[in-house]
Amino acid sequence: MEVTKEINPSITVVAEKKYSPFKEFWKNWKKQKTAFWASLFILLLILIAIIGPYIAPYDPYEPDYNATLQGPSQAHIAGTDEYGRDIFSRLLAGARISLSVSFLSVLLGAIGGTILGLISGYFGGWLDRMIMRTSDVLFAFPDILLAIAIIAILGPGLKNVVIAVSVFSIPSIARLVRGSTLEAKETVFVEAARSMGASHFRIMLKHIFPETASSLIVFISMRIGTAILAASSLSFLGLGASPETPDWGAMLSLGRDYLGTSSHVVMMPGIAIFLTVLAFNLVGDGLRDVLDPKTKNE
Amino acid sequence: MSNALLKVSGLKKSFEISNGMFGKKKSVKAVHDVSFMIPEGKTFSLVGESGCGKSTTGRLISRLIEPSMGEIWIDGEEISKRKESQLKGVRKKVQMIFQDPYASLNPRMKVRDIVGEPLAIHTNLSRDERNKKVSDMLEVVGLSEYHADRYAHEFSGGQRQRIGIARALILNPKLIIADEPVSALDVSIQSQILNLLKDLQAEYHLTYLFISHDLSVVEHISDHIGVMYLGTIVETGPKEVIFSNPQHPYTKALLSSIPIPDPRMRRERIILQGDLPSPVNPPAGCRFHTRCPHAVDRCRVSEPPIKKGEGEDHFVACHLVD
Repeated sequence: MEVTKEINPSITVVAEKKYSPFKEFWKNWKKQKTAFWASLFILLLILIAIIGPYIAPYDPYEPDYNATLQGPSQAHIAGTDEYGRDIFSRLLAGARISLSVSFLSVLLGAIGGTILGLISGYFGGWLDRMIMRTSDVLFAFPDILLAIAIIAILGPGLKNVVIAVSVFSIPSIARLVRGSTLEAKETVFVEAARSMGASHFRIMLKHIFPETASSLIVFISMRIGTAILAASSLSFLGLGASPETPDWGAMLSLGRDYLGTSSHVVMMPGIAIFLTVLAFNLVGDGLRDVLDPKTKNE
Repeated sequence: MSNALLKVSGLKKSFEISNGMFGKKKSVKAVHDVSFMIPEGKTFSLVGESGCGKSTTGRLISRLIEPSMGEIWIDGEEISKRKESQLKGVRKKVQMIFQDPYASLNPRMKVRDIVGEPLAIHTNLSRDERNKKVSDMLEVVGLSEYHADRYAHEFSGGQRQRIGIARALILNPKLIIADEPVSALDVSIQSQILNLLKDLQAEYHLTYLFISHDLSVVEHISDHIGVMYLGTIVETGPKEVIFSNPQHPYTKALLSSIPIPDPRMRRERIILQGDLPSPVNPPAGCRFHTRCPHAVDRCRVSEPPIKKGEGEDHFVACHLVD
């Protein structure tokens, strides 16, 4: 026999609360525990990138030949490198370089990719074919190889790393945006906007772009992790930041000669890259669960 | 009839479809030679079963799709061959109300921006002036100013359709193309929206092209009716004539399908055999002959001429009507 449950007779009165998409987002975001903490970590990183140089215990460029290749100690919590530079201070300074390079390159890639994707999906036809076939060609190269090729043309340096990473971000973002655009283009509210006489630009900006935004945000947050990794790899290969710069990838590159004797020189920037990329990927995963309409209806 | 606001003649639309890369190209003749006119301030309804081309006709007139042939005159201007850039003035005069009030309002925009969008496109009003007009228009359609800051999904279906109507009216258009505006709504809400449309018509002297499959809805709102079958209008005339004295066998069958709210009342129902033929290769001769209970040999070979029926505005396309 089943025990009949007492039905709660009180009717929940729905308060006349104003709906706001941001409140809704915040409510769901707090439920994503891992992603939530990862996003706090990223906020901390951004903070470090801004105030890093002011809180660093040592000058990241200042050599100290009396204290080369020292392990972590009270004086140098992350040890020192072959010139006796404080690794912790260099990591703090490197956060600014890594974050600004990756943010800037993904931002540029996203702007270019979004514009191309919207045009491609909205207008279709030969424009679409041209843009998509070009990105297919770019897709055929492994990302890092493409970046190396671009730098081979432009020459090494952080500015060119930004250009290289943004160029190889463009095709995947263009393809993503094109997909959402094709979907959004067929909605009735876009048809309604057309029947009102809205211009193509207006329809793309006001009606289609917002539809692509959520998957774009998810993709961008994941892509920043990739961009950090790519920028570090390029610096490691000597194609990005010059060796004395406290770039995480350049630090890795310098330290690899001492891997057997003083492994902390490599370990410290390695851990910094690992944690940062992991944090961005976790945030991306969380954002996808919260924003992506396809996974929303569970 | 008095001066026509909308006049359509010989309107045709076929969609090209292909079977795979090497398949033979076929065309779907969605609208085949449709002609009618709507006097200013009147309501003309297109009725027919799904797939008969009534919605396509509406979309052709609003130039959401390109007509293959024919003329469309709106307020004295021929628009069927105009480029999009030359349509702006016409778009201001013609507004649409869509079937699905859930899909036709952008879920990411506030009601204020949805209703104000036509103003943003066609006028140079400032944001405050637009908001003022939006608030006024919301009152007109039975909503309140405080609804303006909400998103569409916070409303019920009937309220959403009111938002859609407000959006259609805000530019003071002349012609409203209403594509099944109530078929997604509950019956109890349907009559509210229909009455609202009627009141607005009287107040703003609107002309409606009303597209519906629901004859009881059409009876309520129309002045004139065009019955469509497989892309053509088979019978057209004033509402009273169509309902009291239908001539075309298809119209008769359609009318006999309206339920009568009286269980004792008996009447003969005409049940049509078979399905709507494919518009890819419509039947030769009279398009209705495959399902017509009275079809004779003549119907299978020659297309029926348009004959005058009862009264001056009543026309029938059938061989068997004298």
